[in-house]
Amino acid sequence: MTTLDIATAPVRPSLASRYNTFMSRHASLMPTFAAIAILIVIFVGAQIYFGNFVTPRNISALLLDNAYLLILAVGMTFVIITGGIDLSVGSVMAFTGIWLAKLLAGGTSAVIAIPVIILGGAVIGLLIGVLVQYFDVQPFIASLAGLFLARGLAYVVSLSSIRVENEAVLWLQSTRWHVGSWYITPTGVLALLVVAIGALVMHFTRFGRTIYAIGGNEQSARLMGLNIARTKVAVYVISGVCAGLAGLVLTAYSGAGYPRNGIGTELDAIAAVVIGGTLLTGGRGYVLGSMVGVFVYGTINTVISFMGAEQSWTRIIVGFLLLVFIVVQRAIVARAERRG
Amino acid sequence: MDQAQPLLEITGATVFFGADAAIDGVDFRMFPGEVHSLMGENGAGKSTLIKAITGVLPLDAGVLTLAGEELHLHTPVDAQRAGISTVYQEIELLPNVSVAENIFLGREPRRLHMIDNRTMRAQARRVLAELGLDIDPASLLGSHSVAVQQLVAIARAISADLRVLVLDEPTSSLDVDEVAELFRVIRELKQRGVAILFVSHFLDQVYEICDRVTVLRDGKLVGEYLTRELLRIDLVHKMLGHKETELKSRSRAPASDGDGAAPFLTARGLTHAPRIVDADIDIFEGRVLGVAGLLGSGRTELARAVTGIDHLHSGVIMIAGADQVFTSPRKALNKGVAYSSENRRTEGIVAELTVLENIVLAVQADRGIWHRMRPARQRELAASWVEALGIRPADLDRPAGTLSGGNQQKVMLARLLALAPRLLVLDEPTRGIDIGAKVEIQNLVGELADNGLSLIFISAELEEVLRVSDRVAVLRDGRIVDTLATAETSVDAVLALVARPSQEDEALA
Amino acid sequence: MKTIVKHRLFWPSAALLALIVINTIARHSFVKITVRDGELYGALIDILRNSAPLMLVALGMTIVIATRGIDLSVGAIMAVSGAVALQIIAGSDQPDNIGVVATAVLAALGVSLVLGAWNGFLVSVVGIQPIIATLVLMLAGRGVALLITGGFITTVNSEPYEFIATGYLLLLPFAFVLAMVIVAIVGFVERRSALGVLTEAVGINPEASRLAGVRSRGIVWGAYMVSGVLAGIAGVLYSSNIRAADANAAGLLIELYAILAVVLGGTSLTGGKFSIAGTVIGVLFIQTLDSTILFLGVPSAQSPVFFALVVVIVVLIQSPRVHAWGRNLFGGSRSQDSSKPSSDVEVAA
Repeated sequence: MTTLDIATAPVRPSLASRYNTFMSRHASLMPTFAAIAILIVIFVGAQIYFGNFVTPRNISALLLDNAYLLILAVGMTFVIITGGIDLSVGSVMAFTGIWLAKLLAGGTSAVIAIPVIILGGAVIGLLIGVLVQYFDVQPFIASLAGLFLARGLAYVVSLSSIRVENEAVLWLQSTRWHVGSWYITPTGVLALLVVAIGALVMHFTRFGRTIYAIGGNEQSARLMGLNIARTKVAVYVISGVCAGLAGLVLTAYSGAGYPRNGIGTELDAIAAVVIGGTLLTGGRGYVLGSMVGVFVYGTINTVISFMGAEQSWTRIIVGFLLLVFIVVQRAIVARAERRG
Repeated sequence: MDQAQPLLEITGATVFFGADAAIDGVDFRMFPGEVHSLMGENGAGKSTLIKAITGVLPLDAGVLTLAGEELHLHTPVDAQRAGISTVYQEIELLPNVSVAENIFLGREPRRLHMIDNRTMRAQARRVLAELGLDIDPASLLGSHSVAVQQLVAIARAISADLRVLVLDEPTSSLDVDEVAELFRVIRELKQRGVAILFVSHFLDQVYEICDRVTVLRDGKLVGEYLTRELLRIDLVHKMLGHKETELKSRSRAPASDGDGAAPFLTARGLTHAPRIVDADIDIFEGRVLGVAGLLGSGRTELARAVTGIDHLHSGVIMIAGADQVFTSPRKALNKGVAYSSENRRTEGIVAELTVLENIVLAVQADRGIWHRMRPARQRELAASWVEALGIRPADLDRPAGTLSGGNQQKVMLARLLALAPRLLVLDEPTRGIDIGAKVEIQNLVGELADNGLSLIFISAELEEVLRVSDRVAVLRDGRIVDTLATAETSVDAVLALVARPSQEDEALA
Repeated sequence: MKTIVKHRLFWPSAALLALIVINTIARHSFVKITVRDGELYGALIDILRNSAPLMLVALGMTIVIATRGIDLSVGAIMAVSGAVALQIIAGSDQPDNIGVVATAVLAALGVSLVLGAWNGFLVSVVGIQPIIATLVLMLAGRGVALLITGGFITTVNSEPYEFIATGYLLLLPFAFVLAMVIVAIVGFVERRSALGVLTEAVGINPEASRLAGVRSRGIVWGAYMVSGVLAGIAGVLYSSNIRAADANAAGLLIELYAILAVVLGGTSLTGGKFSIAGTVIGVLFIQTLDSTILFLGVPSAQSPVFFALVVVIVVLIQSPRVHAWGRNLFGGSRSQDSSKPSSDVEVAA
């Protein structure tokens, strides 16, 4: 072996340098990996404990039961990455749900009723977006107004629940497409579609990159010539649209509209999004991560019901998990600050 | 250096703020392939003129032309489209997306409405190579140092059609090597015919890199000069409008006085790795200890370690022979050790509170929640400090955030001095302040020392440190290399000490 | 005249007054107060009594907001507090015994204090953002309350306990008197001691305050503890009123009404300067509006629509863009401030 050989041998990047490259490109994926890890741990643990947990039927049911939350989480991800927050989604979901039920009960065709309620969600989102962008209102307060509005409107539509008998809507939920022992409903397909579109938009369109830009440094984004105003308003409209879709899905799921729906659901969505790796300070996060977060939430819920324990345990555990994620996020930031 | 046509020219520029003219009838021009510096103390109108050129502010009067064509800029984006790009002091880029995106966002290569990441990364690699930068375009911007981020900002500028580049205080956060790298890039851009506006208060750097300098004073044009034809002392005269010798230099008693006295505070082995390691200092009453060193040598970290702002990883601090443990600024203040931060805005002034409330803040915090100072007594105390330090405007009920930088610094000093500390650590007290206020503060340091207060004085400007201090601790790479009596040393000697070991070794070899 | 208008309590007070006037015009009985057995009755009295829980929660919220924080968990703490108190009373065989009631109340307040301290710990020691930190309890708190009541709505029949919400003291409803006494105490402590100005300093610039030697951690921690205890008292009031512990309904949405009251009263959500008097007026405004809406025959479940409108009006009034419109509309005679209209980009050159 002469020195010449060594000199001309191709240099393969060491493991350490490959790790460094990965980290410098994808550091913000770490929290999402953690979420996936947790999901796996829960699955494995549940399987060991119950014996028949990881079955195609249960996993299919996971998507079925949480389709509404999945859709909400996508919209919430868009908003949170810009550094905002939307507390209205639970109430908007309830409002659009009961409105749909009422329209259908009144004889309106589903083809008209569904776009109408989604538009309703979009309008409330638009209101919030305009308040945030053009009137400098904090997203917190603006979406609070949206929450009040939607919740009140839900009761204006109807003070009590309304059953849905419309075939088209019920079809969305009752149809099962089977692949072996797995099944999926149209609502499930819809939810996954929303996730896919959301992820594509986020990563491959200027609109999506502008969202990250706003979350990273709004001032800089403006100086780069990106259209901040339109984007910021648009994310709230998207969140409203998602809430409308979630209203549709939930109404189909329960076969009725109920004005008391969705109380606290925005918190579930926020928890799922944070657990999925999105930073509440904005600028970092992934739609697919939020999907993982929703599945974490849903799985915990399933485990709780398997155990026959009270449903309130789900929120307690998710709350605890949220806390752990937040504390760890905080610790990582603190360590980076100290080094820097 | 083509003396042909100016690339950018602004004539009769006037901008009003209310009834006052921030700039009045100013003419300014930039030639292609030249580096031009804009000089003037705070309030001279520098930043206003820059804002007019970069589209942040509209002109109330005056004409701006670029390559002979008149320009009307309404927003910074207009300026960018015209080929005028700015690299700001605080890097105005996105830390959470990739380098390539930072360069191209807003102009990304697209295929069917979707961003073509591969092409974008390839183009980014090319642009970065032009600047001699070899970094991964897919890496997040935030994973790189400030110096690299700045160069990426420049890369963004040149990736579009760049004709004028404005660099706003680009070297504030860079070390010696990084400044050299930046200057290499600037010279590269000069070759391409870009006109460059270099804004900096480091006179050395201005003289090193700039071809031309324009001086403003009180919103009016004093003149435009070639740097090779203008002496430094003349430049300062033109900026200040009066003789620099007005700077009263404090007559320092030779350091042998009171040398027999024991130090008031001794610190051994102070370590807050990796920024400050194994530092020993002695503080004597009535003496000023200067701290000199390059950016990143550990000046601020040393100060923060001595005053309880940062936790010590190891080391001891002793006051009058007794061990002290400063786990918080509160504990240090209890022992009479006070720290004035270099970040006036984020760690100094409480902007919405009044001048009065700011001044009495530390005293009140010392007394605790349950022993409020009588309002009359508060007013008395604050008023006496406003007078003593010459804080202007002398309005106790103004929000402190509305004061100028120099006066805010004085408010911070008043706050700490009101505690009657025994050791006052001043971290960059004269940074970003106009020369008049700078001198006032330097003189104040002397007076305080004469009255028995011990001080630590930290500054990036070596001459200032040597002028003000009795002894100077020289830092390099987080360690104290030597502590010298200022009467027995010079700027060059200290510079030699702060030089990188490799240079020193080369010299020795 | 100008100084009166400029006073920061002017607009909230004017709004409240206007609302009262409108109500009085609509129904003269609004301002009618009758005396019976040494107790006052009337619409206004109802408002005062019903405002008590919100008054306490909003008071705590004001202090927390002043430190640049927020407490979203107050509704959940109310639920837990009510659950604890009622479990103790329901579990005892002497529900009418004052000692039992006192123990129940103290236990409830103790738990609330611990929950508040928990929030404060997360924010001031661990350094978590207040929205997130309190979100955890907001999410999980009601679940905890449900666990305490075993999933049921515990009811009790206890005269001393009922007195808290429905009893009278010196002509006025005890609940109102209690709330006002507490407001007075807190207000007094904040302004006569240095706590108020130190809290404002911490809210405006936490790091500068720390360097100046302010014990910021203690102040922030304390703020959340106060908010917790006050929410606990509100929880006792609420459960006393309905004689039950309803973990799902107790304090529902109250954090939002509290924040609205604080904002109405002139305290900024970004922290710093705060006004307790402003919050009091804000609470009374909200309560009066609620009463107005009910009088109009609107089902109470639909009242949030009106409050949405209130929130929008309030924030619009405070919005800088609306201020600019107003200035343009009414002539710029007073504008000495350098309002360059073009761009909102600040360059640090």
